Amino acid sequence: MATRSDTAASPVKGGAAPGRRPDGSPLSKEEKRRAKLSRRWQRDARWSPYTFVAPFFLLFAAFGLFPLIYTGWASLHQVELTAPTDMNWVGLKNYTRIFDDDFFWNAAQNTLTIGLISTVPQLMMAMGIAHILNYKLRASTFYRVAMLAPYATSIAAATLVFVLLYGRDYGMINWALDFAGIDPIGWQDDKWPGQFAVSSIVIWRWTGYNALIYLAAMQAIPQDLYESAALDGASRWKQFLHVTLPSLRPTILFTVVVSTIGASQLFGEPLLFDPNKGASGGAEHQFQTLGLYLYEQGWVNQHLGRASAIAWTMFAILIVIGIINHVISRRLRASS
Amino acid sequence: MTTTVTPPETTPAKKPKRSRLPKSARAGGTLHGGPIAYAILIVFTLVSLFPLFWTAVAASRDNQRLAETPPPFWFGSNLFKNLEVAWTEANLGEAFLNTTIVAGVSAVTIVVLSTIAGFAFAKLRFKGRNMLMLIVIGTMMIPPQLSIIPLYMMVAKLDWTDQLQAVIFPSLVSAFGVFFMRQYLLQALPDEVIEAARVDGAGSWRVIWHVVFPAARPAMAVLGMLMFVQAWNDFLWPFLVLTQTGNPTVQVAVAGLGRGFTPDQSLIMAGALLGTLPLLLVFAIFGKQIVGGIMQGAVKG
Repeated sequence: MATRSDTAASPVKGGAAPGRRPDGSPLSKEEKRRAKLSRRWQRDARWSPYTFVAPFFLLFAAFGLFPLIYTGWASLHQVELTAPTDMNWVGLKNYTRIFDDDFFWNAAQNTLTIGLISTVPQLMMAMGIAHILNYKLRASTFYRVAMLAPYATSIAAATLVFVLLYGRDYGMINWALDFAGIDPIGWQDDKWPGQFAVSSIVIWRWTGYNALIYLAAMQAIPQDLYESAALDGASRWKQFLHVTLPSLRPTILFTVVVSTIGASQLFGEPLLFDPNKGASGGAEHQFQTLGLYLYEQGWVNQHLGRASAIAWTMFAILIVIGIINHVISRRLRASS
Repeated sequence: MTTTVTPPETTPAKKPKRSRLPKSARAGGTLHGGPIAYAILIVFTLVSLFPLFWTAVAASRDNQRLAETPPPFWFGSNLFKNLEVAWTEANLGEAFLNTTIVAGVSAVTIVVLSTIAGFAFAKLRFKGRNMLMLIVIGTMMIPPQLSIIPLYMMVAKLDWTDQLQAVIFPSLVSAFGVFFMRQYLLQALPDEVIEAARVDGAGSWRVIWHVVFPAARPAMAVLGMLMFVQAWNDFLWPFLVLTQTGNPTVQVAVAGLGRGFTPDQSLIMAGALLGTLPLLLVFAIFGKQIVGGIMQGAVKG
């Protein structure tokens, strides 16, 4: 390093080293060496950024973008799981087949309702918890770590425990409800209890995580805003409504987007919630989501082409959600 | 350490400004929580921890006891027996090794690639930088689940079913990781330090090795842990390409326990407990850092 320190031709201004001096006299050997190093420097400064970001884009192209596009191509073919490389062109037949299937609409509806039941209360609770965590508290680190424990628990382990807790005959939840005079609920057998139970697993796993994200955003709100609101006589509730919530708008939007994407992909929880029924999501498909329906078509019924059509339909739905979200956030920004 | 930097004598100087207002009027970070706040927090903490506690309780009982009311609330005597049976029956030894390899390779690769790319996006000037960064953020919105069918075809074609590389390869990049490191390096790495290294004649790779990596170390550790957790808990894709008998990951093995090989509920709980325990330990030890990392990533997100 030390030996080369003299060759550091100003990297920022970076004028290309000229082959000749302005007066036209030839360069000495030492100067040529410098010029060469400087050119190497230039090449480095110009191209190395692309080298640094290239691995991400290459890997994403190979394992993200290409498969996504290829899914669209496969959705126009008949492809069977047993011979995934044999593709026969069928045009839009896969799409008409799934749109004619009642179970597709059932799954779409379930995805929507489970998504709402799991996301809305989750984010509202997370907001409340974050607000409390924002107070000065004893042992605040303990609460934060403890509420992150569900996030560390895998979908598989969490769902298996909840299956037992929600058991109709011997589960703890029905046992507790019995004290309130409520008859045993068939969490796995009935539609709304099943959807509620599946949602509760999602809520359990993610509320603490979202609370931490809200808390981080709350801590970034300047204290003066509260002080001046308080001087104006705003109550604590008013301060929450008029200072906290508006400042959190971008964060709320972010969590809504992430939760929506997560909800649209729900798979492991409904798959394992009734392990005997598996891919059908309950005996009467009462909590079969689109993710599960995709799996059922592709890997149980072995129609990969049809599963591809489902995947692209989900993709289209996500794009629509994205556009709606964009419009809403623009409105919000314009109104504030 | 901090007391030597900020002597206690200076703190009273700040106080008058705060005490202008009655205590109850202020919201936000300066107010002490009341009993209701503590009560809500404790209930929420109990709800968060109870299913985990009860997993251990159920794992320490036997199947018969779990089919009685009232359900057990405290430990029985079968814990170690059940753990042992679940361990062998679910092939958990192999599963742990596999998951450690998959999650380790995935986390390390993501951290290194994300740091380098994040550095480029944060500190280097190049044509198309903002556009490329927008694309990176855009890819976060595309759920990986929509790509599984062609990936499955690839795996079938390459004959990678039941092999770990089928799980490893698609998990080597994370747009979140790039974004996370970029945000961190924007504020943690002063331009002057890079300039100084440059003036000393360091090329870009040298700068990365001697300047960027040391500066990014805390964020790299947090990102590594987050990515390890994510890879450890990943379910759908490993479930499609690995089977319980051939190179399962922990999630595949635990889910296999639940899907009918054993109807014994206490064994299922023992498997679930074993599959969760390593991460819970990590969280118990590094909880503070992980919480800090998640919150740090969130503010700028």
